Amino acid sequence: MTALERLRPLALSLIILGLIFGIWALATMGGSKGQVVDDEYAKLVGAAAASGQKSAFPTPGDFLEKLGGHLADPFYDRGTNDKGIGIQLAYSIARVLSGFFLAAAVAIPLGFMIGMSRTAFAALDPFIQVLKPISPLAWMPLALFTLKDSGVSAIFVIFICSIWPMLINTAFGVASVRREWMDVARTLEVRPVRKALRVILPAAAPTIMTGMRISIGIAWLVIVAAEMLVGGTGIGYFVWNEWNNLSISNILTAILLIGVVGMVLDFVFSRLQRLVTYRD
Amino acid sequence: MSIFSNPFDANESLRCVCGRHASQAEHDALSARAEQITGEHLSSHVVEQAVVRALFPQDSVRRKFLQAVGSPVAMSAISSIFPMAMAKEAFAQAGRLEKPKLNVGFIPITCATPIIMADPMGFYKKQGLDVNIVKTAGWAVIRDKTLNKEYDAAHMLSPMPLAISIGAGASPVPYTMPAMENINGQALTLAMKHKDRRDPKLWKGFRFAVPFDYSMHNYLLRYYVAEAGLDPDKDIQIRSVPPPEMVANMRADNIDGFLAPDPVNQRAVFDGVGFIHMLSKELWEGHPCCAFAASKEFVTTMPNTYAALLRAIMEATAYAQKPENRKEIAAAIAPPNYLNQPVTVVEQVLTGTFADGLGNVRKVPDRIGFDPFPWHSFAVWILSQMKRWGQIKGDIDYQKIASEVYLATDAMRLMAQAGLTPPKTTSKTFSVMGKVFDPSKPEEYINSFKIKRV
Repeated sequence: MTALERLRPLALSLIILGLIFGIWALATMGGSKGQVVDDEYAKLVGAAAASGQKSAFPTPGDFLEKLGGHLADPFYDRGTNDKGIGIQLAYSIARVLSGFFLAAAVAIPLGFMIGMSRTAFAALDPFIQVLKPISPLAWMPLALFTLKDSGVSAIFVIFICSIWPMLINTAFGVASVRREWMDVARTLEVRPVRKALRVILPAAAPTIMTGMRISIGIAWLVIVAAEMLVGGTGIGYFVWNEWNNLSISNILTAILLIGVVGMVLDFVFSRLQRLVTYRD
Repeated sequence: MSIFSNPFDANESLRCVCGRHASQAEHDALSARAEQITGEHLSSHVVEQAVVRALFPQDSVRRKFLQAVGSPVAMSAISSIFPMAMAKEAFAQAGRLEKPKLNVGFIPITCATPIIMADPMGFYKKQGLDVNIVKTAGWAVIRDKTLNKEYDAAHMLSPMPLAISIGAGASPVPYTMPAMENINGQALTLAMKHKDRRDPKLWKGFRFAVPFDYSMHNYLLRYYVAEAGLDPDKDIQIRSVPPPEMVANMRADNIDGFLAPDPVNQRAVFDGVGFIHMLSKELWEGHPCCAFAASKEFVTTMPNTYAALLRAIMEATAYAQKPENRKEIAAAIAPPNYLNQPVTVVEQVLTGTFADGLGNVRKVPDRIGFDPFPWHSFAVWILSQMKRWGQIKGDIDYQKIASEVYLATDAMRLMAQAGLTPPKTTSKTFSVMGKVFDPSKPEEYINSFKIKRV
């Protein structure tokens, strides 16, 4: 690949970005119509309401200004309910990782068990199928009521939503280890524990990793919803708090950062996935 | 009538012979109860005297207390509600704080002004408390977090402690409401497109939002449309939407209007989304709204902390009631850490000089008032509406629930300590949309309505 060929997609990406901002700027330009109320009244309402309109969507300029402000000072702490966006993201990531690793600690051994035994798989399958599609918001009231702690509840919701892809993928990966390899292991009289660790685990690792990659994506989706509900800290709370204030620029900033963090998490797991992949 | 205004207001008629009770019936009931207590404990007179002496070593303080609450109320409070040892602690003015670090939950609305402003303006610190006030996403969450004991006390809607105590919409947990936050201060806001449909008779099919099922907003909205002949369960739709999400929903055309706490109404005007159809004080002048609530367990196991916290709230409330302080308070509670609203929006709510969304500047200085006194008759009215709309079924003992949940006697004592003038009785009559409510006859009141679910 020449340098030019490598630059081509980058240039195209930049053009698309430019187009998005251009269309956005055009769509939000619409200039103010001029004041339609007296000055005393105008002082009491927003600029849009004073010209007889609803407040408008922010322009790209407004958004970039807010984004710059947040990035320039991401770790400020002005009291319980007003912390920098960096601190909020750190809270969210900590919650996601603890819920996710708890789920992995349960899902992978359980998936192994289910994958090894057809009976266990058949018995547990209905439960998995029913529990899998439940939304995090539906779990939340139940968690708050039974666990009696909002922080633990948020982690529980991550746990319960991210466990299924790992469980199913582990079971599937374990169940579909090639017969020949199992037969070789049996011929060599390999002990069960050794067989699990040296034969099945490496063979199923790529499938398990795929499950983990799907799960971390789900966990990151869930955290925003969960934090909007329980509040207090985290990026979901930040979005909710700015929704209070109808500050679309701040919400857009949060959306962008949620996307970036999600991308980084996915990237890490895609690297791990590549590490365990093998060629037949 | 606000307790900060003239206590000899003409509205306070209908008195008994001693002048301390709202009606003769109540006077008789209370003195009968007091007699019964002394009758039951033949030797209790001596004990009571000793206890009262222990509680009030200074005779002048005792006299002030008895004057403030009336002796039957005081007697029944001391001998029945509090065990003696605990009462001693609770009534001590400067007892050791059992737990100086507290978590108090609030919803970002102006009703919570005293709870919020007490933090930046130092009312908690003055009582030696380190209070962490935590913004919370909605009423159901604030209820659950308080029941979980993550919050020691919380900002609630005044019907919620009643609902929690009787187990409507939650498992029954003994709950108390030691103080109201505010009176008035709500409004009915309609979307801009309805600016020519101001008559509620034309509202068939409208979708309304209220903050919670167990809220004054819900009961006032139902009352208002029912008076106009609409059945709130059939002719309109009422949804429970957390206040901060209301403006966004109205903007998106999901709802036609809401009866909501401020700053939500003023924010809808500020953003050109809606207009203020009427203030809630036009429905019921002096109605209660939000409350400061705590579990009975907190009140009984930490009496000193509870008293200190309540004193801070009472003092903040008294400060907030004064019109000259309102601008300063608006600036203190508007930042992102608290309400997260433009200062002008909060200021318009608190000062009562506001844009109505239709191009007029209205001046209503008593748009919102702050009055901590938890009138028992408010509780009875709320219970009557819960029953009217089928939230509670069967017979209930209105007066008993009211007096167990709305801690009027405590409020009287602490108000006096905070330098306020507490009212002499715990019950008063008032009228809602011109119809007089008699707290001693709640069942007759319910039956007098045409539209009801009983």
